[in-house]
Amino acid sequence: MRRFSWFNATSLTLGFAFLYLPMVILVIYSFNSSKLVTVWAGFSTKWYGELFQNEAFLDAAWVTIRVAVISSSVATVLGTMAAYVLVRGGRFRGRTVFSGMIYAPLVMPEVITGLSLLLLFIGIGLDRGVFTIILAHATFSMCYVSVVVSSRLVSFDQSLEEAALDLGCTPWQAFRLVTLPIIAPAVISGWLLAFTLSLDDLVIASFTAGPSSTTLPIKIFSAVRLGVSPEINALSTIMIGIVTVGVVTFSIMSKRNAVRREREARAADRVA
Amino acid sequence: MKRLLIAVPYFWLLALFLVPFLIVLKISLSDVALARPPYFPQWHLEDGASALLSYLREWDFENFVFLTTDDLYWKAYLSSAKIAFVATFFTLLVGFPIAYGMARAPTEWRPTLMMLVILPFWTSFLIRVYAWIGILSGEGYLNQFLLWIGIIQEPLIILNTNIAVYIGIVYTYLPFMILPIYSALEKLDESLLEAAEDLGCSRFTAFWLITFPLSKQGIIAGCFLVFIPTIGEFVIPSLLGGSSTLMIGKVLWEEFFNNRDWPVAGAVAIVLLLILIIPIILFQRNEQKNREADK
Repeated sequence: MRRFSWFNATSLTLGFAFLYLPMVILVIYSFNSSKLVTVWAGFSTKWYGELFQNEAFLDAAWVTIRVAVISSSVATVLGTMAAYVLVRGGRFRGRTVFSGMIYAPLVMPEVITGLSLLLLFIGIGLDRGVFTIILAHATFSMCYVSVVVSSRLVSFDQSLEEAALDLGCTPWQAFRLVTLPIIAPAVISGWLLAFTLSLDDLVIASFTAGPSSTTLPIKIFSAVRLGVSPEINALSTIMIGIVTVGVVTFSIMSKRNAVRREREARAADRVA
Repeated sequence: MKRLLIAVPYFWLLALFLVPFLIVLKISLSDVALARPPYFPQWHLEDGASALLSYLREWDFENFVFLTTDDLYWKAYLSSAKIAFVATFFTLLVGFPIAYGMARAPTEWRPTLMMLVILPFWTSFLIRVYAWIGILSGEGYLNQFLLWIGIIQEPLIILNTNIAVYIGIVYTYLPFMILPIYSALEKLDESLLEAAEDLGCSRFTAFWLITFPLSKQGIIAGCFLVFIPTIGEFVIPSLLGGSSTLMIGKVLWEEFFNNRDWPVAGAVAIVLLLILIIPIILFQRNEQKNREADK
């Protein structure tokens, strides 16, 4: 049985304190009744009430959620297709350019991605708004989805697909009945990644948004430039809460699935 | 079927990644003009092929020359590189002990620790940067605390300086440093350390001669993962940095939105990419070496 050595325990404690203390402080002070954010004046939930009365924030939140749901779904479909082609497609013309275009956006500074998309939209005369943000987000997050899905595709046994084809499946049936269930966890985490990337993005959205389509990060950024405000603290607390619940649930579920699969595999071994 | 599967993502990326990039390149070769869109020359399909030639002749590298003459730009590039370099170093300094502690933790603890490292990564970047404004400001929590315990008599000025930028970068990019180092350390065969100690090494020497070299690939990967995105960073310098904080992402933003000089913004972007190509290629090489070592 291993134990923590004092050195490791100290470095982990300090490290995680550094990672979590700022967020914990943020959450605590969102329940502060004072308008002065740094002075504690007693417990209150009034900033949450004010937040839900603030139409501008609610509108921005609605835009953000719509953009995130649509763009991450588009990105998941495109990214899965791209991953499948790259891993299983064999050689085809333009493969190098293709894989280059998949990996380049991952290292491209956001300011450049945003600038270039904005210039494109102006060039073709597309009015900027929710639609252009969706296009922009789907483009850069499909690359992330593709990386996540292709790492799963590389690691699974291709003979399963071949067996399905030998037994008379069409390629589409083989994909739907064999490949998709196996890569499903990766596809789901790809979608979640694309969703949070979209939810979080400030720079690319600022370039591609029109005047009537402010997203939440744009709104937060312009409010934060004027300094700390208790309403933003309340909003941050809500967002941190949602992410925490989401990530913890997802990891518990995938752990349970892994345990169940292992049990099934063992049962199958016994039968065989 | 296969053609369709290739064509859809291919043309999507072509239209929304490669073409926009070529437009930036084109505009960086044009001149700024008081028009809509604010650059010159313009060429439209109906102008015909003869106009195209004179149009192409109007292109020049003036904007790139301009970048070298105005010292704002090369100072911004240099200072971005410097900030990214120093911040990467500190991220390594903070991240390594955490990764080490995780890799040496009891096995049943590791998934939880792993989740604790990943969780901030899923939390909004903007919010994590914002959290530091309240901590570092003049009447912020850090100053309140230090005044209270009596270490300082007057509040420290940290917010809107480069120190705040460093803290912001270390904080937000820490998971990118921890994860590759952790995965390198976790693979490390501990009997090597026992052997070294049996052969008379002190714990420190054993660490220096065995653990450190064997985690080198992870360290390098982590450093690149922090360094590359930091160079073009915009949010951290504009929220935590001051007017003296020069970073190229911020310069590009201001050139475009405040000065409306599209050609210069385009040129700034192109040069930034050229600078980034070197660390990206080095990173790819390192990854390849990693993969070969795993086989």
